[in-house]
Amino acid sequence: MNDLGTAKPKIAVIDYQAGNIRSVEKALTQSGADAVVSSVPGVIESCDGVVFPGQGACDSSMLNLRSHSLDHLILRLISNEKPFLGVCLGLQLLLQHSEEGDEDCLGLIEGTVKRFPQGHKIPHMGWNEVNIRSDHPVLSGVPNNSYFYFVHSYYADPTDKNVIAGTTTYGIEFCSAVAFDNVVAVQFHPEKSGDVGLKIYENFVQFTKMSRGVLS
Amino acid sequence: MLTKRIIPCLDVDNGRVVKGVSFVNLRDAGDPAELAKFYDKEGADELVFLDITATSDNRDTMVEVVRDVSEEVFIPLTVGGGIRQISDVRRMLEAGADKVSLNTAALHNPKLIKEASEFFGSQCIVVAIDAKKYNAKLTDQQDQSMTVCEELKVDLDTGWVVYTHGGRNITGVDVVKWAQKVADLGAGEILLTSMDSDGHESGYDLQLLRLVSSSVSIPVIASGGAGTLEHLQQAIEVGKADAVLAASIFHFGTYSIGDAKTYLANRNIAIRPLGK
Repeated sequence: MNDLGTAKPKIAVIDYQAGNIRSVEKALTQSGADAVVSSVPGVIESCDGVVFPGQGACDSSMLNLRSHSLDHLILRLISNEKPFLGVCLGLQLLLQHSEEGDEDCLGLIEGTVKRFPQGHKIPHMGWNEVNIRSDHPVLSGVPNNSYFYFVHSYYADPTDKNVIAGTTTYGIEFCSAVAFDNVVAVQFHPEKSGDVGLKIYENFVQFTKMSRGVLS
Repeated sequence: MLTKRIIPCLDVDNGRVVKGVSFVNLRDAGDPAELAKFYDKEGADELVFLDITATSDNRDTMVEVVRDVSEEVFIPLTVGGGIRQISDVRRMLEAGADKVSLNTAALHNPKLIKEASEFFGSQCIVVAIDAKKYNAKLTDQQDQSMTVCEELKVDLDTGWVVYTHGGRNITGVDVVKWAQKVADLGAGEILLTSMDSDGHESGYDLQLLRLVSSSVSIPVIASGGAGTLEHLQQAIEVGKADAVLAASIFHFGTYSIGDAKTYLANRNIAIRPLGK
């Protein structure tokens, strides 16, 4: 196995009927990965890294994940140190519970997902700044206070503030990114945030490459 | 801080961008992907592609356009024109659109908004409203394929009325009531075009804009009438718009997106600076 540095890493995009995953797939391809869109646990597990995208409602998304046995898979992949990137709903579902629905979420991160307080237009839609407070490799080279594209009505509120990797202000200051170990999850859409967004995918592809070297 | 969005709108006919786009430095000013890249580089915050013929043949072409553009441009992409049913929404999203804009079909069948937003999420459902100040002398062709329920009827003295079929047919539906209704049904955003102002380059209809924007809790995109950069500023400051859409001032090169952003930033309006 001498191709670790050159071969394209295979990165799964988890497909559970939740929003536009085509742009995620394209951003990965553009960033030098072999993107594999799948809802099949075996296929996802065989990849070197995983992107967990998502838009839409919390309850229906959790039900879709469970019906494909993807809920346990996601937790297992994360505990097996597979590089993991959550996007939008893919961040929110990592928490324990959401005010948006009744279903339990994945519960990887302690805390709840809350609705924005009244006083501003909801959804929070458009480009907003992210104050980055993490040196995680997936966020490296992303200038502080870069603008990213957001569209959401709920935000993650982790109990352990140490997992927070970025914050954004919209009426309140909220957690717009988490990062720890092999997990990075962001509320914004890096695949819709131009060059600075693609930088995150490029970093994730590199991070996956490096991890593959360590894990194999 | 959440920034105000600047959105160029491109009219597409038969896979080509039309309406006299005149950039000298483009190899092919009619190529949607080429133009999309150009506007992305200039700092556009989103792009809207409008299928102006909206026949079923053209819709297949539009799917190809969306596919090509989304290969190369990584900013949000909205597609409108001729989206009639859930399967049309799905096709556009699968081709790479981030949002679809519903107009006539939503008026004929408001349930479409609810179904589409429940299925795909509110974030990708834009409702476009073509509005004209109401007066009893309007002689436009009535939209025969709809009956207006009492709760949505236009206020004869003060109202603006909704048009369908690309502005050809009058409906009798009140713009503000309809805006509130579409928000209730799950639309994520409203694209509000003033037909009185559209094409005149004499400014957005600020009164209409402000009225609609303050009547709903979802974002409103101002459209129709931009001729100067001051008009953009007015739409945001006076009209309370969350985003401004313009066609000719950008297409004809009168102003670049960068010019618009610099102008607004100098007037303390939050915009996304170029290259950030």
